[in-house]
Amino acid sequence: MENKRKYVIPGDVITTGPYRPEQNVILDGNKIISTAIGISEIYDDSIKVIPLTGKYIPKIDDLVIGKVVSHTSLSWELDINSCYVGFLPAQDVFGRDFSAHADELSSKLKSGDLVAARIANFDRTRDPLVTIADRDLGKIDSGHLVKISPSKVPRLIGKRGTMIQTIEMATGAAITIGQNGWVVVSCETPEGLLKAKKAIQMVDEKAHVANLTDQVKEMLESKGES
Amino acid sequence: MGGRDTTLVLLDENGIRCDGRKVDEPRRIMIKAGGLKNADGSAYIEFGDNKILVGVFGPRDVHPKHMSNTDTGILRVRYHMEPFSVTERKNPAPSRREIEISKVIKEALEPAVMLDKFPRTAVDVFIEVLQADGGTRCAALSAASVALADAGIPMRDMVAACAAGKAADTIILDVNNEEDQAGQADMPIGYMPSLEKITLLQLDGVLTPAEYKKCVETGIHGCKIVYELQKKALTEKYFGNGEK
Repeated sequence: MENKRKYVIPGDVITTGPYRPEQNVILDGNKIISTAIGISEIYDDSIKVIPLTGKYIPKIDDLVIGKVVSHTSLSWELDINSCYVGFLPAQDVFGRDFSAHADELSSKLKSGDLVAARIANFDRTRDPLVTIADRDLGKIDSGHLVKISPSKVPRLIGKRGTMIQTIEMATGAAITIGQNGWVVVSCETPEGLLKAKKAIQMVDEKAHVANLTDQVKEMLESKGES
Repeated sequence: MGGRDTTLVLLDENGIRCDGRKVDEPRRIMIKAGGLKNADGSAYIEFGDNKILVGVFGPRDVHPKHMSNTDTGILRVRYHMEPFSVTERKNPAPSRREIEISKVIKEALEPAVMLDKFPRTAVDVFIEVLQADGGTRCAALSAASVALADAGIPMRDMVAACAAGKAADTIILDVNNEEDQAGQADMPIGYMPSLEKITLLQLDGVLTPAEYKKCVETGIHGCKIVYELQKKALTEKYFGNGEK
């Protein structure tokens, strides 16, 4: 698992040789060149760069938090913090027998509502199609929205979810992380809510720091005493 | 602009230029990545007495819609000089020269930016020249490329830019305002150092084929100096002073 990690900027030659270019790298002759600012990781036969900056680009099967911005008679449009708007068809909410005459879309989701959704389909030609027909998806009724940089979402989750578990355990909050950098925190106690929000913002600011989980743990515990 | 100084010595007998530099010495360059909160990416550059601020937005929705391209994203660049950037007040309305430089910088950045990943979107680059002293297009291009990287827009390589030229019958690096006005040639070069490709090359003046070749080489040497500073600026912002 441990592999050679290196800080790179666009144009840096990570290595040369027969590797498969994955995320954020291009192959030029036999040189592997980074296309983003980030941390390069070399695996047995492939290379990728984990970016440290950038907008959210939808990927199929990503869980995102969206905000309803408008609706037509057949679909909603969601702001998913990306350069594209999420497209949520009415059938997804009302079921097969949806009828544009009988059903009023605003009865289920109004503009301004927050929704946990999954990217069902996305290609270059059309706006991403999202769905809320699944477990844990749908309208979010309570909680606070925290916005972080989408490139730092993997850091907030941590290795196998360690970071997010640490925060949830220490504060008793329930945290839903959208891959688009929007995070919903809900907690029964206001102290826990504030602490969890602070921890999330701390991860956003210090994403590049090593052993951040320990620092976050320390912060969460120290505040608990005072 | 301003009147020509007839007593100006562009190059003295010791090979020292009018501002005290050697023939192959660039001006003092300082680049800082980030700094603007509301922009997706930003950069500030001081290139001698040039001071330029760049903000980048995007990829984002294209307005007006008809400009969007279903195959690829589009790059839009605005180069603008502040009214106070030169000695005589400059009319803030975009001049013929600014429109041309916007286009030139856009075309110099396009080979580097991988816009095909974001169809139907636009990346906007806003360049504000706060203080001008010759060679703003090169400084602006270098800063724009740092700002684009800061915004996280995928790029094949950074674009570094530096001018070379000819004054007092000698090929010089990094032409300043006086040398531009009174010199014999000015050649701004944009260069992608890792891919070893030129993205911008203009020439104002007359050079022999041999001088031309030397001028390009000198310019590329300057670009490599700028590239190191671009790299330093981004490394400082993202990785602190940690190991590289």
